[in-house]
Amino acid sequence: MSFGPITLGHYLSLGGMLFAIAVVGIFLNRRNLIVLLMAIELMLLAVNLNFVAFSHFLGDMAGQVFVFFILTVAAAESAIGLAILVVLFRSRSSIHVDDLDALKG
Amino acid sequence: MTSALFYFFSVVLLCAAFRVITARSTVHAALFLVLSFATAACIWMMLRAEFLAIALVLVYVGAVMVLFLFVVMMLDVDADAVRQGFWKNFPLAGFIGALIALEMALVLMGGFRLTEAPPPDPLELKLGNSKMLGIEIYTNYLYPLQVAAVLLLVAIIAAIALTLRRRKGNRAIDPSLQVRVKKAERLRLVPMRATVELPAASRSEGSQG
Repeated sequence: MSFGPITLGHYLSLGGMLFAIAVVGIFLNRRNLIVLLMAIELMLLAVNLNFVAFSHFLGDMAGQVFVFFILTVAAAESAIGLAILVVLFRSRSSIHVDDLDALKG
Repeated sequence: MTSALFYFFSVVLLCAAFRVITARSTVHAALFLVLSFATAACIWMMLRAEFLAIALVLVYVGAVMVLFLFVVMMLDVDADAVRQGFWKNFPLAGFIGALIALEMALVLMGGFRLTEAPPPDPLELKLGNSKMLGIEIYTNYLYPLQVAAVLLLVAIIAAIALTLRRRKGNRAIDPSLQVRVKKAERLRLVPMRATVELPAASRSEGSQG
């Protein structure tokens, strides 16, 4: 069984589709803050996939270095995001985005 | 063979990502996110980025997703209230998503027809991907690496400072006060005479008995 050669465009299209799914996820789950964070992680994964694909097909190591740094930033982002979520749940006992309409509280 | 593997992993990745955004319970969404990260690691392995594939599994599946699962289980979210009106937006969202994916695929499939990667550097074949990445990071990207390390430190301190809760009625002793304690605060010397005169009454009782 052969599907023809896999080009750089295949990988980039896969990344684009993943990104589109994550965007749809943000539309659909706009009330649930945890799933919003997960959709952001999916977007970062799509971007990283593009970086790795370019790095492989152009023979340049810099793309992988960038993925390394993006992983660092994404880990820090999700840690702080979840910490904020926990504090928010403690004070409002809800994570509905619609309920979060007070600046001070 | 490689093409079949690529299509298989792509289908699994896209299905898992779709389930992440549509799963009913948040725990299921987190588990499907684990599956999509693992599949993405397989795809990166096909692109000869071994170090990053393993790092993705270790950092994301091992640490970040466990953190997500902890938070999901701790918060006890009312899933049905959150998902009210979930499918109302689906037709429009699905249409826009499909349009985005289609446009991107049109541009990308037409523009990037590189089929073959350039022959790998003989140095890379000898040293391996991890070592090449390490050499690149620690020679050309040393300063950004330090900044990333500081960023992680900031994240640790911020997460702890945000979630730290001082409980009322806690009887624990402040360790810094405990360390700084002086002798004078714990020990009081009372001057006393070496021999004590017994009171007269007790002496007479003693002689009788």
